Amino acid sequence: MGESSINFAKASSAALQDQQLRGNFRRAMDGLMSKRAVQFADTAEWNGVRALGASVRLRALSKLPELLEKLEANCTKNGIQVHWASTTDEANAIVLSIMQRVNAKLVVKGKSMVSEEMHLNAFLEKRGIECLESDLGEYIVQLDEAMPSHIIMPAIHMNTKQIAHLFKQKIKEAEYTEDVAQLTDLARRVLRKKFATADVGISGVNMAVAETGTLCLVENEGNGRMSTTVPPVHIAVMGLEKVVEKLEDVPPVISLLTRSATAQPITTYVNMISSPRKAGEKDGPDEIHLVILDNGRSGIYADEELRNTLRCIRCGACMNHCPVYTKVGGHAYQAPYPGPIGSILMPQVEGLEKRGELPHACTMCNACVEICPVKIPIVEIMGRLRSEAVHPGDAVRGAGSHASKAEAMVWKGWSMTYASPLAYQFATALLAKLGNAAPASLPLLKEWTNVRAKPRFANRTLHALAREKGIPDV
Amino acid sequence: MSESRNAILGKLRAGRDAHPLTPPESDFAVLRNKRWDGAERLERIKRMMEAVHTEFLETTEADWPTDVQAFLKAQGTRNLLFGPATEAGGRLSAEWAEGGPELIPYADRVETFKERLFDGIDAGITTTLGAIADTGSLIVWPTPEEPRLMSLVPHMHLALLRADALYDTFWQAMTENRWADGMPTNALLISGPSKTADIEQTLAYGVHGPKRLVVVVIR
Amino acid sequence: MSHDGTISRPAIERPESVYFFGTCLVDLFYPDAGMAGMELLKAQGVRVVFPQGQSCCGQPAYNSGYREEALKVARAQLDYFPGDWPIVVPSGSCAGMMSKHWPDLFKGEPDEARARQVASRVWELTQFLVQVLKVKFEDQGPPVKITWHASCHAQREMGVTDEPKTLLRQLANVELVELQREKECCGFGGTFAVRHPEISAAMVGDKVADIENTGAKAVVSGDCGCLMNISGALEAGQKPVRGVHIAQFLKERTHG
Repeated sequence: MGESSINFAKASSAALQDQQLRGNFRRAMDGLMSKRAVQFADTAEWNGVRALGASVRLRALSKLPELLEKLEANCTKNGIQVHWASTTDEANAIVLSIMQRVNAKLVVKGKSMVSEEMHLNAFLEKRGIECLESDLGEYIVQLDEAMPSHIIMPAIHMNTKQIAHLFKQKIKEAEYTEDVAQLTDLARRVLRKKFATADVGISGVNMAVAETGTLCLVENEGNGRMSTTVPPVHIAVMGLEKVVEKLEDVPPVISLLTRSATAQPITTYVNMISSPRKAGEKDGPDEIHLVILDNGRSGIYADEELRNTLRCIRCGACMNHCPVYTKVGGHAYQAPYPGPIGSILMPQVEGLEKRGELPHACTMCNACVEICPVKIPIVEIMGRLRSEAVHPGDAVRGAGSHASKAEAMVWKGWSMTYASPLAYQFATALLAKLGNAAPASLPLLKEWTNVRAKPRFANRTLHALAREKGIPDV
Repeated sequence: MSESRNAILGKLRAGRDAHPLTPPESDFAVLRNKRWDGAERLERIKRMMEAVHTEFLETTEADWPTDVQAFLKAQGTRNLLFGPATEAGGRLSAEWAEGGPELIPYADRVETFKERLFDGIDAGITTTLGAIADTGSLIVWPTPEEPRLMSLVPHMHLALLRADALYDTFWQAMTENRWADGMPTNALLISGPSKTADIEQTLAYGVHGPKRLVVVVIR
Repeated sequence: MSHDGTISRPAIERPESVYFFGTCLVDLFYPDAGMAGMELLKAQGVRVVFPQGQSCCGQPAYNSGYREEALKVARAQLDYFPGDWPIVVPSGSCAGMMSKHWPDLFKGEPDEARARQVASRVWELTQFLVQVLKVKFEDQGPPVKITWHASCHAQREMGVTDEPKTLLRQLANVELVELQREKECCGFGGTFAVRHPEISAAMVGDKVADIENTGAKAVVSGDCGCLMNISGALEAGQKPVRGVHIAQFLKERTHG
């Protein structure tokens, strides 16, 4: 493992000690799972809309370069300025140059995972531009100087008490209260002033429609609409996979997204933006910029299997259903995208040398695959990345960086033994005789026996028993 | 950065051409088959929207301006932002009685009255293009006469809904009306007052947008 | 490229013979469960063949990222199942590896067609007992309260849903109390248990607590990986609940 490698095991170990955190996640995820199940109680409907959603995403991927060109052409025709960024550095530079041109001092942000991927807030603040998160969850996390722990519910790791203390400590006019309505109202008052005076609004994009040059955003709070309507300049940042072909592709994807994410039939707002303020219109931004970010996605796209990662519509349901995520929470992943999708996306975006441990943060239980609304074969990709991590190659950055001679030898020895009936029966007979004498302090066995009894080898193998009982061999 | 543009598109094209992908057919039947009969649609819309704290005011074509005024007066609302150049706006100014909440026209660019908009407006009223039974959503297309912020900034949003302008699904509304032929600057679905569950999954209403949404059903 | 997650098995007629693929874990740790599985099949009048050349489906290496090694071991199995009979496996996980992942593992290999053919004949034991043999068990045992842990791969790869519980419910004296989180992973995950021992421990800790809450005397499961994990944790925590493979449990209750 390289020096820059992110240590998931260490971070998760700390999270596991935090009983409060474990309780917060367990309660929240249990609630989300049962509410989602109600939304998709009609199996035939679920199968139908899921197949449709997957087909929409696959069709978009099948024509990705053409659709991006079409999106660019239609956005441009509508007056939306389109920018392309190969890396997050380029994307940040584009955003900054727009800010500088309009002399922006204050930015209000709607929720955007791509901007998290860009570390945009830190980048702008270093350059003297105040960057205020306006989604309540993101605002809480920003006040706490932390990272989101979930892509849909950024502050899900905190309970009301913790947030009450945070507000009291960080907001000047705050009185201590654990009343959620009052806490929400406080944030409303603070942020309204900011919306009214911000120079630029930044948002993400849930879907961009090539056919019409339309940016779709879904949200409940209204901060997304505020950020994209009140400031004179709106900058939308999106990963290049977020395009869909037709306007009619939007309804099924939104339906899957909101029901999978938060078990709502629809969010309070579906906001479709197709142009800046036109002559005669009285509000809306005068400029809209769309920044299309690659950041490794075109590389992912080149591989037939890994490409499926790009189907994702960022609903976060895989997190809610992941037994590992539920135990350790989002921060243990130390990534903008945690949970199952993060464990396959981050290693591909940032390289296996840094993120090679993440595909192992998974028991391969397939709970995520079962509920993924666009049928991403998450666990298969997980397995593929495990293989890439220990074998040098070109498909993924950092392939082979986790190769270990010792581990490779073990598997080689294993395969030679297990592929030869003679060697296998000799080895297993030996283990049946002597295996139980192995001390629990042996590596691996030690990890196992921390909370479990030592597995006991049977006196005779099934092979031996079957022979004894006269079970035919052919 | 056209360099990046060409590099990205080139890489995508090469990747796709090396491994083309045949997507399955998109079968929209699952949306097409979602149908409710006339009376059921409005029932369902009410039920779904009320579940997320939307209020409903039943009225008629003849009486709606009077009913809206009476409603607002009873709520203690000080003023109402409206679009004077729309047909509905015309009726409001013509039929608004003395002594009610003050009618405030959204007649100029937002820059001229941003402060008041954010600080001094209690309610805003807009028309809608109808509502959707599947999800309980209003369809709102802001226009120069009825700008975008009217349904967002005031603490209460009143939305006029004609009881015969109902659709089964979002998909039906957009395909039947051929939205793809020309999208407006901004098209919205609004399905309740602003809300959040970001504090420990506890629902709270009115976080940034309107605290109350009142659908004025005109029969 | 469409991935539905689970595979589906076509309806087939009751065969005269079946192969039994014991799996490496059963071979070493739970041979009695393996024998019980074969005896349950025999009791239904089916001839059971246990090829002595078999070893392992290759899953441990496959899930660790060593696909070549997995392929080598998987390939070694192909020779031992030449007849056109179903291959019954007392493990959803190994059955899933063979039916779902072998086709990918062998993709482009000279023996791909043969591997697919073998894979298509694989059945998880309870699935086979219910769907093909349509068994009806008669309970011979004393009253007992048990609970059921569903294996992830049986459910989500083999598409085994109600079959195990259908069998358990046939037993008149057995009270089946369902877990609150029956479908949640126990934290085994093969090498996951030793790679991330603390997370795995937390997961199996939750599972044990769930089991205890049912008041059951035994937790029954269809996968030896889960069983090794759950029984190991029950034993280490000195809980008065035993973990038992469904084949062995059914055998004990019916002609044991």
